[in-house]
Amino acid sequence: MVNHKAHQAAADDRVMFGFWVYLMTDLLVFSVLFAVYAVLHGNTVGGDAGRDLFSLPLALQETILLLTSSFTCGLGLLAARSYKKWQTLICFGITFLLGALFLSLEMKEFTEFIREGQTLQLNAFLSSFFVLVGTHGLHITSGLLWMAITMAYILKRGLNAPLVRKLALLSLFWHFLDIVWIFIFTIVYLGAYS
Amino acid sequence: MREFWLGRLTSHSLPHDWVMVGGTATFIAMFLFAAVILTRTKRWKWLWNDWLTSVDPKKIGIMYFLVAGFMLIRGGIDVILMWLQQVLAVDGSQGILSADHYQQIFTAHGNIMVFFVAMGFIFGLINYIVPLQIGARDLASPLLNTLGFWLYVGGVVMINMFFVFGGEYAATGWLAVAPLSGIDFSPGVGVDYWIWSLQISGIGTTLGAINFIMTILKMRAPGMTLGKMPLFTWASLFSMLMAVAVFPLLTATLFLQFFDRYFGAHFFTALGGGDPMMYTNLIWMWGHPEVYILMLPAFGIFSEVVSTFSRKPIASYTANVLGMAGVSVLALSVWLHHFFTMGASSDVNAFFGLVTLVISIPTAVLFFTWIATMHKGLIRFDTPMLWFLGFVTIFTIGGVSGLVLAFPPADFQLHNSLFLVAHFHSNVIGGVLFGIFSGISYWFPKIAGFRLNERIGRNAFWCWIIGFCMSFIPMYILGIMGATRRLDHYESSTGYQPFFIIMLLGGIVIAVGLTLQIVQILASIIQRGHLRDNTGDPWNGRTLEWATASPPPFYNFTVIPHVMTRDAFLDMKRLGQFDQQYEDILIPKNTAVGIYIAILAFLVGFGFVWHINSLVVISLIGIIIIFAKRAFSEDSEYTLRAEEVEKLEAKRIAKVPAHEKEVKSLADEEDMSVWDFVRYVITFAMDIIRNKKWKTW
Repeated sequence: MVNHKAHQAAADDRVMFGFWVYLMTDLLVFSVLFAVYAVLHGNTVGGDAGRDLFSLPLALQETILLLTSSFTCGLGLLAARSYKKWQTLICFGITFLLGALFLSLEMKEFTEFIREGQTLQLNAFLSSFFVLVGTHGLHITSGLLWMAITMAYILKRGLNAPLVRKLALLSLFWHFLDIVWIFIFTIVYLGAYS
Repeated sequence: MREFWLGRLTSHSLPHDWVMVGGTATFIAMFLFAAVILTRTKRWKWLWNDWLTSVDPKKIGIMYFLVAGFMLIRGGIDVILMWLQQVLAVDGSQGILSADHYQQIFTAHGNIMVFFVAMGFIFGLINYIVPLQIGARDLASPLLNTLGFWLYVGGVVMINMFFVFGGEYAATGWLAVAPLSGIDFSPGVGVDYWIWSLQISGIGTTLGAINFIMTILKMRAPGMTLGKMPLFTWASLFSMLMAVAVFPLLTATLFLQFFDRYFGAHFFTALGGGDPMMYTNLIWMWGHPEVYILMLPAFGIFSEVVSTFSRKPIASYTANVLGMAGVSVLALSVWLHHFFTMGASSDVNAFFGLVTLVISIPTAVLFFTWIATMHKGLIRFDTPMLWFLGFVTIFTIGGVSGLVLAFPPADFQLHNSLFLVAHFHSNVIGGVLFGIFSGISYWFPKIAGFRLNERIGRNAFWCWIIGFCMSFIPMYILGIMGATRRLDHYESSTGYQPFFIIMLLGGIVIAVGLTLQIVQILASIIQRGHLRDNTGDPWNGRTLEWATASPPPFYNFTVIPHVMTRDAFLDMKRLGQFDQQYEDILIPKNTAVGIYIAILAFLVGFGFVWHINSLVVISLIGIIIIFAKRAFSEDSEYTLRAEEVEKLEAKRIAKVPAHEKEVKSLADEEDMSVWDFVRYVITFAMDIIRNKKWKTW
């Protein structure tokens, strides 16, 4: 007889490990973007530098939103581990809202820059800024999409073991994005004023 | 509206000149031929269910071999065209190709050989052999495996796409350095094809590497600690760890170059504050480790081959593993030696030159473990061992010329000369390709269930060795004479021409060798009755892949073996410990998700190449939907009951002798020669013409 429980536990262990390896590859993509930003952030070709463009209060708001969302995400996973369906849904619902709010603030920042003519075609500094922050935003977007789909499945199927495993991976991804954002906040926004 | 659905694709982008039209016609003719055969033999369903949607790593491995073999021929034709051009384009003559076309051909040659031949074969071998060597039934994630394979195929199709949809291929050299590859200097679609071909297959490689790391670290048979792992598995682990460490850099770099070209960003442009040298740094940070990603599995193959054919355990397993570890760590820190001439300070150049020299130490450790293994061994000189000996010779030449290039002052002279080209071909052909050939001839009996024809294999080997020396020794000399790489026209007063003629002749000898290898496989199939191996262990193997039947059943092992020592299977044979208790087995179900996602990913790339934004958006949405559906489906495995396993085993054992009786007389000789093969094919063709049944098959 196949021992399904042991089989499943081994499979979970593998998936969790593989997901960590994936996160490390993603981190390498970000590290390239950070390195590129570090090299190019002074190349404004006479345009505005970061100091003239970035609004620290906005970046701080974004940071607080994302950190709080990470906290609620952790609460959600705790609730999921004890199979409390509605508590899980509420926690992840709040996480989703905070994430969406973060994304809208970022969109607001980007559209304002573009309206002022500070586009990524202007100079190397803006290219690297838009691509670094935008890639993070893209990750947040896919995280939100993932969260929405998972929550829909929880509503439909109830909270079962496979879905809890998906939530564990999702929250790992979400915390990872949080860490990357802390670096963006420090290097891009605070760094511009140093 | 037109722009919305077709982007920049117009009738003008279809192929025009004769080489392109010829290529297009060949491709279409081959597809039609395959389609007709499949329809007439009613094999479409079989193809889809048994192969294309299969998640069995053994079948995926064979599919990798087929695609990579096909690409090897495609890349080989490029070589002959280039060398013919170099022979003919002297003084007044312009040769057979325009300068632009010549550039596209050498770019395509480099990309195809590295990404789609070497990577394809290496991934095929790892897919097939590693699960068997560690006593696993499958990979950690069968889905990632099929997805990785199909993304690789997506890259293959993308790189050949310009044959069908026209435009052109990149004319920039295989790494498309900036700012040449920027939109200002390469306004056509060639570089876009390049970006998306590498991007799609590169993501497939990253996924595949993650999967193999999971498999090797988490799915070994009970008792197999890391210190008892076979050396090919160790080599694969190092190779895949390096792939995970550097392929994301390629992904990011291509992404940035795409932003430059598509959205007008300024990462690598000469204007707008971009930094072209940063591109060179980033691409070589990936590009140098990449050749070691290819080389390490070949080292692992040679370790297995030397040990088996010397009938001795490898001399100092620990030194061998540490040697491979040293190579993989150092390989990550030498990338700058590709551009000593860039203008870095002499301290920086000296550092990278020294690290490059140091890398020869762990490599030499590996060589010494092999030589010490052969010492006082009972060596058998079968083809896998011949390939190893060829490798030792040629790789040493390549390695030593590499040491010459590692000195920055020498490199300033030899940079971008044919000496460099000869150097890396010595390593990539003598190392990677010979390793692949050695591995394929070593494991072929495991894969097919019958041995390869030894005589034709030897002939092929000698053609390769002689052809290689004829082609590349003159190339070293040409490099020292001052001939630059990528040369499409020169004056006869340089005295290059005689050397180029010898090179072309060498190329023809290699082509004969390649043809003989194809003949070898066909001849072995014809006389498979005689070459059949019922033991599953034709070489007196030492590791677990020989413990199961040849070809292995789809569940690999009826019983997962318990491992006590490094040479697990050798000990099982000595002690006579074979379990025959059947058990239930969980088998992953076939899935077409990999194919669908790869097709959509291909369409995303294609849309970006031709600026068809509608196609990009639709394909991306499709990918998200498929992922969402697949990720939450809870039905991906089924149980194969122990009784069924027993039945399957009985059936398989009963089937073996029945096959042998069908064999006809002409193929009965022990070792068919090339002439016998030709005679056989003619008789076979005559049979068909006389309308007889295909009874010999």
